Amino acid sequence: MTRTSVEGVERGGGMVRVLGAATALMMAVTVLLALVVSPAEINQGDSVRLLYLHVPTAWLALYLSFGVTSLASALYLWPRTRSRLWDMVAGASAEIGVLFLGLTLAVGSIWGRPTWGVWWTWDPRLTTTAVLMVAYLGYLAVRTVPGDPEVTARRAAVVALAAFVDVPLIHQSVEWWRSQHQPASILDDSRLLDPQITGLMGLTLLVSVVAFTLLYAWLMCHRVRVANLERTAGGEDLARAMVERHAEAETAGRL
Amino acid sequence: MTPSASAKRGLARGRRSVFRDAWLVAAKDLRVEARSRVGMNQVVPFALLVLVLFAFALDSEREVLRRAAGGLFWMTVLFAALLTIQRSFVAEASDGARDGLRLSGLDAAGIFMGKAAAVVIQLMALEVVLAAGIVVLYDVALAGPLLLVSTALLATAGLSAAGIAYGMVAAGLRVRDTLLPLLVLPVLAPVLLAAARASDAALAGTPAVGWPWVRLLAVFTTVYVAFGVLAFGALLEEA
Amino acid sequence: MTPVIRLRQAVCLLGRFPALAGVDLDVAVGEILLVRGPNGAGKSTLLRACAGLTVVSGGEAWVLGHDLREDRRSVRRQVGLLGHSGFLYDDLTVGENLTFAARAAKADPAAATAAMAALGLDGRLRDVAVARLSAGQRRRTAIAAVVARKPSLWLLDEPHTGLDQSGRALLDVLIVDAAASGATVVLASHEVDLVAPLITRSVLMAGGRIIEDPAAPPTESQKTSPGAGVTHDALGVGEARLGQGEAIGVS
Repeated sequence: MTRTSVEGVERGGGMVRVLGAATALMMAVTVLLALVVSPAEINQGDSVRLLYLHVPTAWLALYLSFGVTSLASALYLWPRTRSRLWDMVAGASAEIGVLFLGLTLAVGSIWGRPTWGVWWTWDPRLTTTAVLMVAYLGYLAVRTVPGDPEVTARRAAVVALAAFVDVPLIHQSVEWWRSQHQPASILDDSRLLDPQITGLMGLTLLVSVVAFTLLYAWLMCHRVRVANLERTAGGEDLARAMVERHAEAETAGRL
Repeated sequence: MTPSASAKRGLARGRRSVFRDAWLVAAKDLRVEARSRVGMNQVVPFALLVLVLFAFALDSEREVLRRAAGGLFWMTVLFAALLTIQRSFVAEASDGARDGLRLSGLDAAGIFMGKAAAVVIQLMALEVVLAAGIVVLYDVALAGPLLLVSTALLATAGLSAAGIAYGMVAAGLRVRDTLLPLLVLPVLAPVLLAAARASDAALAGTPAVGWPWVRLLAVFTTVYVAFGVLAFGALLEEA
Repeated sequence: MTPVIRLRQAVCLLGRFPALAGVDLDVAVGEILLVRGPNGAGKSTLLRACAGLTVVSGGEAWVLGHDLREDRRSVRRQVGLLGHSGFLYDDLTVGENLTFAARAAKADPAAATAAMAALGLDGRLRDVAVARLSAGQRRRTAIAAVVARKPSLWLLDEPHTGLDQSGRALLDVLIVDAAASGATVVLASHEVDLVAPLITRSVLMAGGRIIEDPAAPPTESQKTSPGAGVTHDALGVGEARLGQGEAIGVS
């Protein structure tokens, strides 16, 4: 192996580096816009700036990574497109998704405190998010159960699809549930959840979403690469295990 | 016989055999339960105890308990369902739980439906006892019987279907006792919500509010029964 | 004539561990084959693989005309596996277990009654819960469950364990009768002397491979693989060649 290709394997190829640079740049722009350039909001003041973190992480966690996990799981299960790559993608996406989901809930809670005066509200989106968090964790737990890698992959894919099917049901039920509760006057949920977004704020939001999407893509590249390395290492282990197994025949007693 | 006629015969025979297998498995599971009496001797007392504990937790305020009765009832059923589903797989022999079922020659969809049906029957028996429990302990007057019964049927079927499917994922694993609740409870959240709201509506004498929830339950149950029937074969294979 | 079992370099992984590490085996119809070998050799895994229970991840595996690498489910109805655990329901009686086993396998329920009679279970024991049976009686019940299915391939893992004298005699008769009526029997056992009168062939397994086989199938890998080679001698006697050309006599 040449030195460059070894380095490539260890740190990701050229395309990934470009992606990383683009991500860093976009993040810098986002920070600048969010914290410095864009104005404070009418009702919420400066705490609206947390939204520039909250909204993209929510988009990423709820739609992007969960969507990718479900799609990759389906592709893994479909015989014609079955490939270990999809299993690795599904797992990587779920891990990143849980991370950002936790971030979403935390930032949302921190934003809610000065805005509404409470840490939590039973808003349909928040509640669905919380339930989804547990579902994600269950999926990751299934992936860590020891056993044949193909078997684990299949089991996890089925769990992912079952959770995916359940999401609209969870969402619908929580929506109906909340619609039956007249919100207290202090807590006018809908008004505060969708603050007035003016021109520059809208641009900032867009930029932040793009920046986080790039971040997701960059993290995915690296995580899948690591998963692939683990798998290759596992393959080498197998070859070694076979040799050791054959050697048992020589050392074991004969009947 | 023409090829298409014999193919149709074969398909019909296949369909009949799935239901026949389901019947066989359900009968076997119920017979095992009748012999071991764990449901009667342990799960029912446990469920009643949970009702009592809720009263402790909520300071036995008559009004609070009466208003919360629907939700507390279904929470208790949920806990009991976890136990019943675990039992359903323990009965399949501790080692080689999947081996026995896979070798048996039974159709996977049939095994799923049979096991789910057995759990439904056990849970419905429990629910009758629990209904008496909330009447006595929480001073609730049962009203809106049609709504209550429809809710109970659909919710129990949904709980069992999802529970047996996920139970198969967790069965035979050393971590099964903690993995099953983690997997199945987020999925069952809408069932709890819908069943509790519908029951509340029935008990409060406003059934019109409850029927939309029953529709949601119907969707959930259909989705998870279909999912179980389709996926159980694949889940069974994971050795 | 197509062999009932045809394995070429079959590999079976249990997690990361290669339980079967390249098995070559042919078994013809009507044979009664003994698989012997030390603990951990892979005998149980071999039987389970032939029953279509484990994934075969390398090589070729054909049982009763089914390609186990493509579809391992369809073969299960035609085999009868007797494992260490009996796949019995502890809370049900002997009779109920056997009726269930027969019905599940789409066999005639009368076969269950016949099996019970054949194994001396049709008296008082028929209505005793399996949990209350002795180990030997459980073994008999498990054997009866296999018999009731009338399988084309019998896969027996240490079948004589726990059986008393009469139980062993019964089992031997059943095995011989099965082979005579067109089934094939593969048994894994440590009790080589006990089964010697029954069997038609004996192979030795170690380290996940078959290392002694009087009727070994021809493979190219024999010449290039490291470790022990294969002998072509009478039952259990012969030489094994190690990598460096040493020879070790085997008794």
